[in-house]
Amino acid sequence: MNDYIIPLCYVAAGGLFIVGLKGITQPKTARRGLRAAEAGMLLAVVGTLLHKEIVDFKWIILAFVVGSTIGALMAVFVPMTAMPQRIALSHAFGALAAGLVGTAEYYNHQPEIGAFTMTAITLEVLLGFLTFTGSLMAFGKLHEILPGRPQVYRGQNVVNLGTLALAVAAGVWLITDPSKTFLFPVVAVLAAAFGVMLIVPIGGADMPTVISLLNSYAGLSSVAMGFALDNKALIIAGALDGSAGLLLSIIMCRAMNRSFTNVLFGAFGQADTSA
Amino acid sequence: MSTAIESGLYVFLLASFVGFEVIRRVPPLFHTPLMSLTNAVAGISLVGSLVIAGSDKGVVSTLLGTIAVTASTINVVGGFLITDRMLKMFRPRGAAPKDA
Repeated sequence: MNDYIIPLCYVAAGGLFIVGLKGITQPKTARRGLRAAEAGMLLAVVGTLLHKEIVDFKWIILAFVVGSTIGALMAVFVPMTAMPQRIALSHAFGALAAGLVGTAEYYNHQPEIGAFTMTAITLEVLLGFLTFTGSLMAFGKLHEILPGRPQVYRGQNVVNLGTLALAVAAGVWLITDPSKTFLFPVVAVLAAAFGVMLIVPIGGADMPTVISLLNSYAGLSSVAMGFALDNKALIIAGALDGSAGLLLSIIMCRAMNRSFTNVLFGAFGQADTSA
Repeated sequence: MSTAIESGLYVFLLASFVGFEVIRRVPPLFHTPLMSLTNAVAGISLVGSLVIAGSDKGVVSTLLGTIAVTASTINVVGGFLITDRMLKMFRPRGAAPKDA
């Protein structure tokens, strides 16, 4: 019975997410779109809870209560002017979840993990942790906990891309030999470090664009999670997010007359003029 | 290639194009609500977190899963509530604004 209900829940959830995103782009349908997306999320969660692998509900209920309380408090008490950093912080939490799920998946199944699943887990952890620290940085900058202006130094792009390359190299090594457990924390830490470095050279008006881009990364991390767990709801929602986030950041750049590659690679060549 | 992987890749491909198409014509006024809603939808990582938290595969796994469920619930609940608050500001003229 559940073999039919669960996939149907996921299919309906995927459809509702599409209706939701479509709706929110127009004033008339925005509210309906929001309701559709909420219903989609509810269906996805209900479908998952019916899963036969889930045998113990007490921790889930506890986490639901704590998470809903914190989420609701943050939503209600944040002033409207602080919206962008609130979205960034929300991202950080979602991406942290993705990273942690990837971590648990790896340690539950190693050393016998197929190459495809291991690739998915590695991508999930890479994107999850870099989005986590990146979003926290964006939050800190917008909230003026950290200095908001772009921080640039000589050779920054080399250092940043070098860190990413190292993380990817460690990830590839891990994919070829999942039994090398020491590599897993290396991938996670390098990804987290890259997330910080990614945001250091970005500041001011470029921030909302970057938050949208981080949104896209969080979506792609969900896609990877969907492949690792063979869950289509994750793939649909993640892909929608990934592409919508990317396109939105490009649209926002265009609206502000900024070059998208400049935002991607930080203050590269623009820091002097913006002061 | 297994059918699960293959159909997964098809779903990924098609959903990515759908994502591009549905938001292509978003007016600047709706950039922030759209960002907020996509953020809430990114909380879908909750689905994966639930499986880890509830599958009882040892203390560490359950602990990681529970933290993940907490974090992604913050994302989902916070994301949808914030989007709701934002949309309230877009009420048509004449209707009394309720809060903020």
